[in-house]
Order: sequence, then C-alpha cells, then structure tokens
Amino acid sequence: MENINEKFATIEKDLLAPVKWGKKSIIWMGFLMVTLVVCMFFYYQQIRNGLGVTGLNDFVSWGIYISNFVFFVAASLIGMLISSVLGLAGSKWIMPISRIAEIIAVSFAMVAGLIIISDMGRPDRLHHVFLHGRIQSPIIWDIAIVLTYVAVSVLLLYVPLIPDIALLSKKQNGLPRIQKWMYKILSLGWANHPNQYKLIKKYFKLLAVLIIPIALAIHTVTSWLFAMTLRAGWDSPIFGPYFVSGAFVAGCAAVTIGMYFFRTSYNLKSYITDYHFDKMGKLLVLVALVYVYFNINEIIVPAYKLKGGEAEHLKSMLFGHDALMFWLVQIGGLVLPFILLLFKKMRKPLPSLIISSVILLGAWFKRYLIVVPVQQHPYYPIQNVPDSFMHYTPTIAEIAITVASFVLFLIIATVLSKIFPIIPIWELKEEVKEQIQ
Amino acid sequence: MGNKEKGKQSRRKFLQNIGVAGVGAISAPAILFTACSSSSDKKTKVLTPDNKLIEIDSENGLAIDTTDKSYLNKIGREGIPGKKFVMVIDLGKCRNERKCMKACQSEHQLKPEQHHLNVLEMENPSSGQTYFMPKLCQHCDNPPCVTVCPVDATFKRQDGIVLVDNERCIGCRFCIAACPYSARTFNWTEPRDSEEYKDITYNMELNVPQKKGTVTKCAFSADRIREGKLPYCNSACPNGVYYFGDANEDLVTNGTTKETVRLSKLLKQNSAYTLMPELGTQPSVYYLPARENS
Ligand code: SF4
Ligand code: SF4
Repeated sequence: MENINEKFATIEKDLLAPVKWGKKSIIWMGFLMVTLVVCMFFYYQQIRNGLGVTGLNDFVSWGIYISNFVFFVAASLIGMLISSVLGLAGSKWIMPISRIAEIIAVSFAMVAGLIIISDMGRPDRLHHVFLHGRIQSPIIWDIAIVLTYVAVSVLLLYVPLIPDIALLSKKQNGLPRIQKWMYKILSLGWANHPNQYKLIKKYFKLLAVLIIPIALAIHTVTSWLFAMTLRAGWDSPIFGPYFVSGAFVAGCAAVTIGMYFFRTSYNLKSYITDYHFDKMGKLLVLVALVYVYFNINEIIVPAYKLKGGEAEHLKSMLFGHDALMFWLVQIGGLVLPFILLLFKKMRKPLPSLIISSVILLGAWFKRYLIVVPVQQHPYYPIQNVPDSFMHYTPTIAEIAITVASFVLFLIIATVLSKIFPIIPIWELKEEVKEQIQ
Repeated sequence: MGNKEKGKQSRRKFLQNIGVAGVGAISAPAILFTACSSSSDKKTKVLTPDNKLIEIDSENGLAIDTTDKSYLNKIGREGIPGKKFVMVIDLGKCRNERKCMKACQSEHQLKPEQHHLNVLEMENPSSGQTYFMPKLCQHCDNPPCVTVCPVDATFKRQDGIVLVDNERCIGCRFCIAACPYSARTFNWTEPRDSEEYKDITYNMELNVPQKKGTVTKCAFSADRIREGKLPYCNSACPNGVYYFGDANEDLVTNGTTKETVRLSKLLKQNSAYTLMPELGTQPSVYYLPARENS
C-alpha cells in the first residue's frame, strides 16, 4: 500500500507539473500570437481586396487553402483511430498517448472549419449557408459533418478528462483564479465515486463508437468535394477510402511528432517511452501499407488506360510540370519512410520524429497534388487569358494565411495541453494499481 | 437592314400577334423573336405584372421596371414559362472576329481576362486543321454547377437558362470546380468600373453590376430575351455563326441574317453535336461542325 501511494504521488507530481504557465510557455504563446497577428494582416488584405491577393485564377480556383483544408481534416482523423478504434479493440499501450491524439484531433478539426471560411470569396455571407442551404450540395454535408465531428471529439476529449479536472481543482495551486473557477465548473461535482467511474467509462465507450462513422464520414465527404465533379482526375469512385487511408498516415505522423514534443518539453520521458514510439512506428507501417495500396490503384489504373482528359493530367504528374513534386512525395514522403520504419532502430524516438516529419510534409504536398494539378488540365484549352492563368503559384499572402492556420492549431493544442494534463492521470493510476495487484 | 429584312416583316407581325395573345396566359412581358425592327413606331401590347395591358415600343420598350429589385429577382428566378431556349453555333462560319466576345464583355462589365464567351482555337485531331470555337455556358439540362452550389445561388430556370444570383453567391467556387466546360469566371478583385456602376439595381438576368468575390458566367442574355431580342453575342456576330431560339417552337433565328429556321432540320442536316455528351450534362448549345469546304 505504501508503495502504491508513493507511486500515485510521483505520477501526480510529474503529470501536474506542466499544468501551469511557466516562463517558457508564455514566451512560446507570445511568439505564436505575434505570428498570428502578422498573418492576420494578410487576411485583412484579402478581405479588403478580394481573393485576387492569392495566386488563384479562373482555372485553378481551388489552391492551397483547399488542399490545406483537406490536410487538416485528414490529420484530425487520428484521434478517432487511436483512442476509439484501438481503445475499443483493447490495446493497452495507447493509454498514455490517447489524450495527445485527441488534442491533436480536436485542434485540427476546429481550425479546418476556419480554413474553409478563409477560402470563401464572400465570408460576409456565411449566414447564407444556413439561410439558403441546399441539401444536395456536398459543401453542406461537409459543414454539417465537420461541426458534428468537432462537437463529438470535444466530448471524447472531455469525458475522460473529468476526474483529472477534479484533481486539478483540488490540488493544483498557483493558477489564475479564472482557471480554478473553470476547473470547478468543468469537473461537474466529481467525487471520485466508483459509480462515477463506471459512468465515465460507459459514456466514453458510447462516444468512441459514435465517432467512428462520423470520422469516416468527415473525410469521405471531403473527398467527395472532388469526386462528385466530372473533372478528369477527381472523378474517381475510390476517393473516399483513398482519402481515409491517407488520413491515417498523416495523423499517425502528427501524433508521433506530438509525442516527441510533449515527452521532451514536459519531461515525460518515463511515461511516453521507446515502447510507445515503437508501437506507433509499427502502426504507421500498417497504415502506410494500406495507403500505398490505394495509391497504386488510384494511379496505375488510369495510367494504364490513359483515357481522354485523364491522360494529360497524368502525364504532367508523372513526367511533366508536377513530376518532381509528385515523385518526391510518393517516394520520399511515403515509400522510403515506410521502408525505414520496418527497422526497429528507426522506430526509436528521434528517428521516429524525423521520419514522421518527412511523412507529414509529404502528406501536405500530397493534398496539393490531389487538388491543384487536375485543375491545370481542364477539358477545353486555357486561352485568351494572361499567362499566369496557365499555372498556379501561391502568393505570399496566401502562404501567410495558410501559416496562420498552423499557428492557430499550435495555439489551441498548446492551451489545451497547458490547462489539462497531457496524460490521463486516473487511467494511469488504475493501470499501476492493476499491475501491483 | 436591307432587303432581306423586309421579307421578314410579315412574319414579325404574325409573331407579335401571337405574343399578345400569349401574354394573357403567361402574365409576363411578351417574349417574341422579332429579333429586329426597322422602325420604332411599332407598338406591342403586353401585360404588366399587376395585370394591366399596356402598349410599349416594341423596339426599345421595356415593360420591366429595372429599378425594382424584388421584381427583378422574382422574374430572374422564374424565367419565361413555356420556353426552352437553345443556341446553335455554326463553326464553319466562325472567322475569329471576336465581335461576340467584345459585346459580351462590354454588356456584362467584364475585364479583358474574364470570359462568359471565349472563342477558342481548336484543332481537329484527325486532320490537324484548326478551327475556332466560341465556347460559352452550355446551359446544361443536367447542370453539375447547380447541383453542387450550397446556397442556390446558381440555379436552372424553367426556360432552361442557368443563372447566377451574385447577391446570394458565397464565393466558394465549387461550381467552377464542377463545370466541365470551364464556363465560369470569378471576380477575384473589384469588378471593372465598379465605382461607376455601384448605384445600379442588380439585374440577375444581366448579372450586373458584377460583385467582388462572386462567380459570373454566360446568362444566354436573359435580359435581352425578355425584351424579345436575340442575345448580345448573336447580334454582334457579322458572320452568321449564331442561331438562337426556342426548342419548344422548334425555331431558331440567326443573329446576323435574322433568318428563322427549323431547329430540328438545322441540327439534322448539319450533323450537329453537343460538347462532351458522354458526361451526361445535356447541353442546350449545339455545334455544327466546321466543314472542310467552308
Ligand atoms: S456549362 Fe458549366 S456553368 Fe453552364 S450549365 Fe453547364 S455546368 Fe453549369
Ligand atoms: S461560387 Fe457561388 S454560385 Fe458557385 S457554387 Fe459557390 S455559392 Fe454557388
């Protein structure tokens, strides 16, 4: 018994330690805020002068905003895979990283909604979507499902947080009064009663089941923004699963990066261990394999036939204008990391971090390759327009607004990880208890 | 307006009479394909929206109050009952003079790079010969742009015309992505001369004034049709490339010669085709192939 109490005390000490606003975190937040303000200046310009401040044109009318949106939706899927699918399947190893996955999911999903607004020509008419929304438009499905997904993933994050919030409310000192007050409200009168734990587990399970179809739907519907059109290159019936499998790759990479970051800067080396990185690496191998399979289908099948409009698009992708990016992304961002991760040494924390970063970068450009090049090859020739309409190059303003979305993501993730323990304390305690018994 | 014109006079009168008779049923300003009128002292009877029979000048007369926005929006969305407008483009006659493009851009307040109507230089893949193809919105009967629009800002009217309501459009550009004919253009920045036009009441059928951050495209000159005239591009063409008319009547009128012919016969005799029929969009624009000897 001595032993267990001691252990509990260290757990609490270690995991509650990062829950405060230290100097470092204030500087980090300040940096993020300043960057955000600078980027928002460009958004102000866009509002004032129109989308003309971007590199978009009548042919490539969806650019990095939309590909970035797809990327964010993709990365947000991972919370679902890790905490619900694996959790329901009874995998124990995910416990210390499940909250990281959920925080990443929630933050990405929240910002995804905003990215869509940044792409609108008339954001001042956002209310038209609610006033005049038409159910047959995939955009309406997407908006509905993104909102639902954000709501359910917030709940999925919140429900298992309640006991930890109660603990914070009781034990954590030296916090701003408003934060204390927030804990009090959010803990919903938690009293550590066994029945309450039962209830939490029950609700968590319910949410975990509920989120699976929603998460699949969010990315499938996002893929339909493209697949529902008649454009050669988008008009593909496997876009749904193709996107979903790609999302798992991006998400696993994002979680690995998050794990590394939290482990070092929050001093959690003894909680998020090599073992977890090894497991994540293996998971990445699995999901990457599925993704490679879909890539082969998506590219080889049309490349074999080279029919009508698709031929031009594929040729420019495989050997033409976009070939360099394409092969870098496919080989460097997917196949190579996949092979490397097969080796145990490469699944150690630092190599994992590097490989995951490359995968994530590749995943971003992959979305670009899905969205942009298709539009450069419409069925009818691009004529009687300025040369700049032939190809799309994002402008500084556009890049800055895209950077803003990442900054916003980091802000949300940082705040969440600063006001809540990043590893579920009560679940860890339960595990320790089980082990001792 | 020479001799040819005179020969059409009697036909014009005839149509006018039908127009007046038909007005009672459709209770909207008469729509006739008189197409041309040599003098402006001709009067036509039309029924106003509040059921008054009035006489208007059949040439310049507008029975439409172009300052009443809610009325303009209403008729703009409803279209003209009983009609199914179609266009026929004779590629054999196109000399790439681009008068149509100019007329279109000036009427719709478009910038030089914005095209409702774009004359493309195409190549016949088998013979290698080039020809010119005016490409505009095909006013598809199964329009993908309309299906994807989240706010009903682009819609199909009962007379077959697909229009844009630029006061409703949120600028998502899904319709641009969905249109396989690249028929749509966007106001990426402040539209041409927007200062000058800012006080004009928005007319959906003309889609002016253009608005920043919204999409725009060919409207089949719905405003002109309502006045009983042919589309701007049709009238501007010096080479007789364009025919416009009503598929229900099976009649189309040539924009240059003002000659009215049977649609079905014209299409059949010239082996007309539509663009990319395999996509199932069912265009309302027909093309007559460029003949080698023309
Ligand atoms: S041509 Fe394009 S814009 Fe015109 S109706 Fe068809 S899909 Fe819509
Ligand atoms: S850009 Fe405008 S017209 Fe086109 S789909 Fe979006 S809201 Fe509809």
